[in-house]
Amino acid sequence: MSHDASFTNQKFKVIGTRVPRPDGIDKVTGRARYGADATAPGQLVGMILRSPHAHADIRKIDTSAAEALPGVKAVITSADLPDKVGGRRDMLDILENCMARGRALYDGHAVAAVAAIDAETAKRALKLIKVDYKPLAHVTDVDEAMRDDAPIVQPWVRTAGGDPNKPTNVAQISQFGHGDLDAGFAEADVIIERSYKTEQTHQGYIEPHACLASVGPDGQGELWVTTQGHYTFRTQCAALLGMEVAKLKVTSSEIGGGFGGKTHVWMEPVALALSRKANRPVKLVLTREETFRGTGPTCSTSIDIKIGARRDGRITAALATLRYQDGAFPGIWGMLGAMTAWACYDLPNVKSVAYDVLVNRPKVAAYRAPSAPMAAFAVESTVDLVARELGMDPVDFRLLNAAKEGTRASYGPTYGPIGIGPTLEAVKNHPQMKVKLGPNQGRGMACGFWFNFGGQTCSTVNIGVDGTVNVSVGTVDVGGSRASLSLIAAEELGVPYESVKCTVADTATLGHNDTTEGSRGTFSSGMAIIFACRNAVQELRARAAKMMDVPVEDVHWENGQAVALGTQHSNLQPLTLAQIARKSPQTGGPIAGHNEVVADGAGVSFASHICDVEVDPETGQTRVLRYAVIQDAGKAIHPDYVEGQFQGAAAQGIGWALNEEYIYGKDGRLQNPGFLDYRIPVCSDLPFIDTQILEIPNPGHPYGIRGVGETSIVPPLAAIGNAVSNAVGVRMTHVPMSPPRILGAIKAAR
Amino acid sequence: MAGVHVSTTINGDPVEFVCQPGEVLLDVLRNRIGLTGAKEGCGTGDCGACSVTVDGRLVCACLVLGAEVEGRSVTTVEGLASGGELHPLQRKFIEHAALQCGICTPGFLVAAKALLDRNASPSEEEIRYALAGNLCRCTGYDKIVRAVQAAASELATDATRKSGKASGSKSGRKSTKKQVA
Repeated sequence: MSHDASFTNQKFKVIGTRVPRPDGIDKVTGRARYGADATAPGQLVGMILRSPHAHADIRKIDTSAAEALPGVKAVITSADLPDKVGGRRDMLDILENCMARGRALYDGHAVAAVAAIDAETAKRALKLIKVDYKPLAHVTDVDEAMRDDAPIVQPWVRTAGGDPNKPTNVAQISQFGHGDLDAGFAEADVIIERSYKTEQTHQGYIEPHACLASVGPDGQGELWVTTQGHYTFRTQCAALLGMEVAKLKVTSSEIGGGFGGKTHVWMEPVALALSRKANRPVKLVLTREETFRGTGPTCSTSIDIKIGARRDGRITAALATLRYQDGAFPGIWGMLGAMTAWACYDLPNVKSVAYDVLVNRPKVAAYRAPSAPMAAFAVESTVDLVARELGMDPVDFRLLNAAKEGTRASYGPTYGPIGIGPTLEAVKNHPQMKVKLGPNQGRGMACGFWFNFGGQTCSTVNIGVDGTVNVSVGTVDVGGSRASLSLIAAEELGVPYESVKCTVADTATLGHNDTTEGSRGTFSSGMAIIFACRNAVQELRARAAKMMDVPVEDVHWENGQAVALGTQHSNLQPLTLAQIARKSPQTGGPIAGHNEVVADGAGVSFASHICDVEVDPETGQTRVLRYAVIQDAGKAIHPDYVEGQFQGAAAQGIGWALNEEYIYGKDGRLQNPGFLDYRIPVCSDLPFIDTQILEIPNPGHPYGIRGVGETSIVPPLAAIGNAVSNAVGVRMTHVPMSPPRILGAIKAAR
Repeated sequence: MAGVHVSTTINGDPVEFVCQPGEVLLDVLRNRIGLTGAKEGCGTGDCGACSVTVDGRLVCACLVLGAEVEGRSVTTVEGLASGGELHPLQRKFIEHAALQCGICTPGFLVAAKALLDRNASPSEEEIRYALAGNLCRCTGYDKIVRAVQAAASELATDATRKSGKASGSKSGRKSTKKQVA
């Protein structure tokens, strides 16, 4: 592939090195402070009462006995959280999810909360709250929720363009594509149609949601919280509670994993409301069971795929119909599924139609490349079937149809330089492809895509008098980004990595930064830091010019020092950043650089995965033998943490493919809200996960960076699905491919 | 309910505390002693984030009562380093990027040390099974296993040198940088 020469020729000094992370020692010694690790003088313990019903009218909540219990300082219900957002539906949805408003919409929906002097008292108070429920009919399955006679989850919801008088669970229908589908299928020699289902999974961060909230009678508040976006949390909490944005300071703690699940508020407004009512700080930490029942999960889906292809291997038409459940509140998850479904391919005639459907389950939150893994499972499984039908190698078939620079993507834009082709070439050449398989073993591969995101960002670079550098960023460090961002500042200023200290600033210190989502942390804060450093360099040059007594135009910045160019200045010694900094009190005061940017230009990212499995035909148990991830990073700033993203995403995908699912009973209650029964992969479940970083620079970033965090959760469901199907000789169409499902599929095929 | 008075040793220091009879060791450590290194990921013994050792035995602090550690010796992640000197496991975790968010790291370090204390040169499989009670959602365990292998090999080299059998040519501090496949 040809790349923009200005990127491929870029020579870096520290970018791409594997330096120790700056927060490493704190995190291996137990010093790092996470959401539940903060305390405040006089703090109370907050706890939430949750609905035991999947769907119920709340006729009355009697809190008098709880309020009378000694040691209880505040009890709140939705009456304490009135509408402060002028009926804005998106914000009201968030508020209603924080605390039920007259109706419990899912098992685990918060209905009341207490703040008490200790946990024992708070627990006793919860038991004293009397809630009069009238259970209603419920629906938890996405296909059932679309039926005409399904119980209605949100009476106000109408499908755009549909009957304005008819309540429905279909909150949104989205459609993408181009070309003439009928003509495309008419041209096809082979047409394959299949239907798939995927079950609901949870992000499974090991740290449950936790915060410490404090609101005083003057209306000023502070919130310490585990979050992916403390600025977004501030905006949402302030709006929902009727507070002024500037008077609510939100500090992001170290975050114990988020994966999208900590991108919007859950119980933080409740903690603030409790604190406001009790006039004391309130610490609210969710249990694991609450985290499963009340926060985060991704969608379950039901998807139909139809692909037509010619004998020569070209796909002529592709159609996806996708039904995603959003939980009890409308989301954009089906839409994202429709946008990503065909993104890997160059298709003349393509269409995807998505339904966002409400059910009586928790409000769905983003989960790492949200919605893409399920669509990819359905598409990539069918792509394998078409290749088989054509007698083609599945990698060659994908290569022949892969998107490339100039391809019009199924969701609209035309691609710049992209990595799908190179990742597929790397698959062909990967040593794993040559390993001989034994009995009951199968190999599968699949591709995945994610958009990536830029968004609002700002950063400050302060040069210390000793020549060390403080970098303040507003993107939360979820997986080591402070190391990457310090490398970027060191590269740009020409100073050692060790002399840069990167801090995630609170909301009172920097302007708004969008949430760390869409793999934007290193991309967008990296961009803001580069510009802020260049800003600081302008000032450093000016100060150096003053010190050298030469015109600033003659001073250039090279390798971390100011150099006066021109023969007339040949007697002048260069001045290092440290020398200029030391003199800064005399040359004009502190030296800083600042940048605010909407970081446009996020580069799309592609990955291809290879997976070898062995399936025990007696038990249906699948073991992953070998696994390889190949992904385009644009530019790997810190390769260790890029590999870590690839491996972690693959592991989550493997768990989703083989084990993880929300299991609902007929009563609409979640039956497995714990890590014992909702089993995520453990160390002994996995092999080493091989990684290959490809670097196809993103022209939209000064260093060529693409987001790397999400893409590699997209292929595993399909890669494992293809591998298992090849191992057992039966096409798997239902994720997770747990032992009973595999045994059932084998039995059904006999 | 009347509190229970407990005298115990935590990370080598004599400690006394009063706790409720039903209060778990994890809450005692975090809320009464101020040692927040052990984390609560589940409270049911399924995630290992609260791993500590009691008289050298690896336990989930969320499944042990505070009152049970009377007269015993508890070690938490805060007790792994000696002074400013990190334990080799701690160093190798940083060197190998074996942590991302880091919430599971204290539990993994305590569990890995418990493994190396009883088996100085574990196989990959032995490491994977010994750490199977500790959940990590970020790393896919790859770099964690490599860090434990590197620490084991460094400790073995140090032990050999101490016992006088070392040739002196090998550096126990040598960083084991990985190869990108």
